[in-house]
Amino acid sequence: MTTEKTKLKSILPGKDVTRRGFLKGAAATAGVAIGSGAITGFPTIWAQNIKNVTLRQFGTGVSNINAVADKVKEDLGFTLQMTALDSDAVAQRAVTQPNSFDIADIEYWICKKVFPAGTLQPMDVAKIKNYDKISPLFITGKLTPDSKIAQGTAPHKVGFVDGPDSTDFASAPTQWMTLIPTIYNADTLGIRPDLIGRPINSWAELLNPEFKGKASILNIPAIGIMDAAMVSEAMGEITYGDKGNMTQDEINKTIALMIEAKRAGQFRAFWKSFDESVNLMASGEVVIQSMWSPAIAAVRSKGIECKYQPLKEGYRAWGGGIGLAKHLSGLELEAAYEYINWYLSGWVGAYLNRQGYYSAAPETAKTFMSADEWGYWMEGKEAQGDVMSPEGKVMEKAGAVRDGGSYEERMGHVACWNSVMDENKHMVRKWNEFIAA
Amino acid sequence: MSAPNSKRGSYFLITPMAVIFAIFLVVPLLTIVVVSFWNYDEYRILPDFIFENYSYLLGSSVTWQIYLNTLKYAALTWAFTLGIGFTVAYFLAFHVRSLTWQIILFMVCTIPFWTSNIIRMISWIPFLGRNGLLNQALMGTGIIHEPLEFLLFSDFAVVLADVHLYTLFMVVPIFNSMMRIDRSLIEAARDSGARDWATLRHIIVPLSKPGIAIGSIFVITVVMGDFITVRLMSGGQSASVGLQISNEIGMLQYPAAAASAVVLLITVLLIVTALLRLVDIRKEL
Repeated sequence: MTTEKTKLKSILPGKDVTRRGFLKGAAATAGVAIGSGAITGFPTIWAQNIKNVTLRQFGTGVSNINAVADKVKEDLGFTLQMTALDSDAVAQRAVTQPNSFDIADIEYWICKKVFPAGTLQPMDVAKIKNYDKISPLFITGKLTPDSKIAQGTAPHKVGFVDGPDSTDFASAPTQWMTLIPTIYNADTLGIRPDLIGRPINSWAELLNPEFKGKASILNIPAIGIMDAAMVSEAMGEITYGDKGNMTQDEINKTIALMIEAKRAGQFRAFWKSFDESVNLMASGEVVIQSMWSPAIAAVRSKGIECKYQPLKEGYRAWGGGIGLAKHLSGLELEAAYEYINWYLSGWVGAYLNRQGYYSAAPETAKTFMSADEWGYWMEGKEAQGDVMSPEGKVMEKAGAVRDGGSYEERMGHVACWNSVMDENKHMVRKWNEFIAA
Repeated sequence: MSAPNSKRGSYFLITPMAVIFAIFLVVPLLTIVVVSFWNYDEYRILPDFIFENYSYLLGSSVTWQIYLNTLKYAALTWAFTLGIGFTVAYFLAFHVRSLTWQIILFMVCTIPFWTSNIIRMISWIPFLGRNGLLNQALMGTGIIHEPLEFLLFSDFAVVLADVHLYTLFMVVPIFNSMMRIDRSLIEAARDSGARDWATLRHIIVPLSKPGIAIGSIFVITVVMGDFITVRLMSGGQSASVGLQISNEIGMLQYPAAAASAVVLLITVLLIVTALLRLVDIRKEL
């Protein structure tokens, strides 16, 4: 419901009109000043004017955090307006309303879909101070030099374009980055250990008849199909060339398997939004389902046992980043670069790490976290004291160990990244068949 | 005033209405029709003239399944809202004698509408769930031993929510029709020896037909186009035409969504035409 509300809110005209008017005025004034040769130091002008800038950022709920906007105001002086939408709406808006935002906070698979539409501009890595601190996952696709590149839309595959005006993704890192990674994680199944009462270690368990009428899968086709593929592969029913880019035949087989399970009454419901997944799990309607990490935390915060179960086949990972709208220029563009540099400088990273996500530049985040926090979230160590959420709520008691272990343990076992397939149209049609079946 | 002059006068008078309809109804509809022939890829819609959207839509077994499902919801909802709506309206119109009480009770019927219909829908979820109030109560009293799973995330839940949401749309027009029935007709029927049942069948139902038709049009068109009730109450497990369109829009497949919308519009228009054939609303209003 929150998405519906935010959608409405975002349709309503904001204060943009006056802001635009102001900026035009400001730009004109600056132009006159430069033309007359009165002022030579750009940074001075910007430093003074930047406080009047408002950047409009929209994205999926995960990283649209008000605390970030508040901190931006405090540290950088300008205003960041945030709008949270669901992934479909984000993709749609990025393509169809290019002037309605300044900064798009989108996932990499959305980027693959959206960037070629030409509504975003790539970033010059020379202007990004902590570029070398960004996790290699986003640059080369390998967390450690000997790790295997996962299937799907791995971020590095759509992370760079050939030039400042190009919309073609580059096969190797270039100077022009499409998105600055902000936040990413490895997803797996969530379970209710109290209601299951035995160890779970494979994706195949989602379709285990033992959980008939108590399983759920997420109904966002592009992501749901991946979970379905992880399950089908784990069951030994189907082997895939690339789960992130299936052939029509692979899609048909996967959906056929899911339809069979649905007809047999395996699923209690399908969920589309974060809240729905929390409610399904907390109410006990469902005991095993695809789930996102903060949803697990939300269930646990109600005092209900819930585990983010690591599985032997590995994780389905996702990652997001912020991209700049094509129309940004001048002062606004400078502000956006400042924002990005600030984003990578550690405060946000620490904030996100404490929420159970990972930050793009772990090294910088470390300086903003206590040794105990770093140990719990990043190294898979037992917590010495209570683990606090960024809002100051107790998330875990002392002695807790993170489900799945350390950063390397989790991000090093990614089987597949969220993706958009060449056969996307076919996949969506088949997925609709599954929902209608 | 001469005849041509008055003709010009009436044209002048209908102009504002015609302009409003043209801008807000005809133009958007035509746009939808035009776009339904366009092509699309993952992130763009491409002007074109292709029949692929329609050929896929009409050739796919999913479409037929979805239409069947949507019609099933519409038919069930219609039957229940008609039954309940007619009874309520009958009670209000013929059993409640004083106008004050009629007004008060009629207002009572509208109280649920003071909250958003999404809230009214969502509040069923904790009530009907596996560990919900109803199941707990039934198990507590020993009537059942296992929770009833069909209560939530099922067709039952969808129809229940629809009936709850839309019964008033049936009550209002039927009540309105009933209030226009000349009471002397009923007295005449009684004087001629007709019992309640015969009066109902031969006097009240025929004279309430316009109200029934209007209520039916409201309910059927709303249910045919609904997507949020189906999504929430079926737990995303059932599809309706509206939900299909909403999914297509979400996936940026506007031409496919437009084609679905055109087909839905034609279907609903056919249903409405059929209803109007049965009851001539104009004649009876």
